[in-house]
Amino acid sequence: MAEPVRVLVVDDELGIRLGVTRVLQNFSVRLAEVEGDVTFQLTQAESGEEALEKIAASCPDLLLLDHKLPGLQGLEVLDRLTQQNLDLLIIMITAYATIETAVMATKRGAYDFLAKPFSPDELKATVSKAAKQLILQREARRLAQEKRQVRFQFISVLAHELKAPLAAVEGFLDLLKNRVVEPDTPKYDEILGRSSVRLGGMRKLINDLLDLTRIESGQKSRELALVDVREVARKALETMAPAAVERGITIQLHAEEPVTLHADPGELEIILNNLVSNGVKYNRDAGRVDITLARRDGRIFVVVADTGIGMTQEEVSHLFKEFSRIKNAKTRNILGSGLGLSIVKKLAQLYGGDALVESTPDVGSTFTVTLSDSPPQEGDEGEAAS
Amino acid sequence: MNDRALTVLLVDDNEDFLEQMRLQLEAIGHQVVVAVGQQEFERILPDAHFDIAVVDLMMEHHDSGFVVAYHIKKKNPATPVILVTAVAAETGLVFDAATREERSWVHADVVLDKPVRVEQLEREFKRLIKADAS
Repeated sequence: MAEPVRVLVVDDELGIRLGVTRVLQNFSVRLAEVEGDVTFQLTQAESGEEALEKIAASCPDLLLLDHKLPGLQGLEVLDRLTQQNLDLLIIMITAYATIETAVMATKRGAYDFLAKPFSPDELKATVSKAAKQLILQREARRLAQEKRQVRFQFISVLAHELKAPLAAVEGFLDLLKNRVVEPDTPKYDEILGRSSVRLGGMRKLINDLLDLTRIESGQKSRELALVDVREVARKALETMAPAAVERGITIQLHAEEPVTLHADPGELEIILNNLVSNGVKYNRDAGRVDITLARRDGRIFVVVADTGIGMTQEEVSHLFKEFSRIKNAKTRNILGSGLGLSIVKKLAQLYGGDALVESTPDVGSTFTVTLSDSPPQEGDEGEAAS
Repeated sequence: MNDRALTVLLVDDNEDFLEQMRLQLEAIGHQVVVAVGQQEFERILPDAHFDIAVVDLMMEHHDSGFVVAYHIKKKNPATPVILVTAVAAETGLVFDAATREERSWVHADVVLDKPVRVEQLEREFKRLIKADAS
């Protein structure tokens, strides 16, 4: 059941305070947005001053505020409360249905108004509407909070990932600066080499991060064109060929004919480059990478299979998450940002598809990316769903 | 160069850190044996000979360093173990090996916060080996 809605009734007439309390205490309303019934918990105040004190001590969710009060007037109370920017919905109670007061009150921040005299049903209807608004606000706040937390977590992991290569390069520079390692020795060159590799890894991480940010924010200006995926795959193959040759790895592309897709060529390149470079990086020496392209049921299948180190089920379950680099003895010397596959998956989903993997440790992994023929337009519901 | 050359075991999953520490310790005259992570440590432990160990806390597991320290002390309770960790900076978790009670569950002689400088290690080496000899 949802938390009860806390209501404060402010009126100098005892009859109104008791009447409202009696009606609302036994009232509950069912809203589609929450499980169970919403109930109400009431407190009372007989003047504006008392109301402000009570609100300062513990802010209710809903305020039923009489306009005509001894001392501070309802509208003055309203003004003070709206200035405080409280998390509070205010319903003004106005005598004789003075529509001017009601309009002025809503202009100045009241959520709704009730005209005296009102029936229990009118009270219930007005309060139900406000309760619904409250629940929606709470839900929106909860989602925003969750989003902030995910964001925060992402940033702290990112900071950690960026600090690691910095610390490494700093350490290496210190070795050189303090002449722990002398120039013109093989060790000196090795240290320079290792520093470059770490900086290269950092650059890759930053580039991947920028890709990810553009994809997520939808700001990457997409240029849709009819693209031959086979050509993109061929380019990815050529890019990775030197690294593959060095370790005796064979890369083969299997596609009988052009496989065309309406897509952003840059995005397809990111997908293919990531998959093929992973296939080479996580392979054994003299292994194979097979790229197979096929069109079936209006969808395109990009399948990249390697004969590499593979993964356990447990490792697979983390694979597509951000910064989920698998750390074990086998991946120790392989550089990666931990973002590549999460980018691939996000892009695939942008094309109404998905990225999946099947893997056996020490046998190999097969990545399958499906892409739908017509990519959704920019600013579609993909943004709302995230 | 060093009046008391030691064989130091370094256990860390960060290979850059290992290499940097190794070069610096060798530069001041020590011999160094390295193990990349807990798994490799467990593999080399039976045949490894060392006078003192410098062990990272968080490796494959969050508590890898504790396990490594436990194994070292089990093999030879007299071998000093220095635990190095960034855990305080990363998690706010604070622990020490300053008292006998703490050392009874943290099987280490001293806990140092990362980043650790070689001078700091050298100072601890001298202190721990002297304490050991007396």
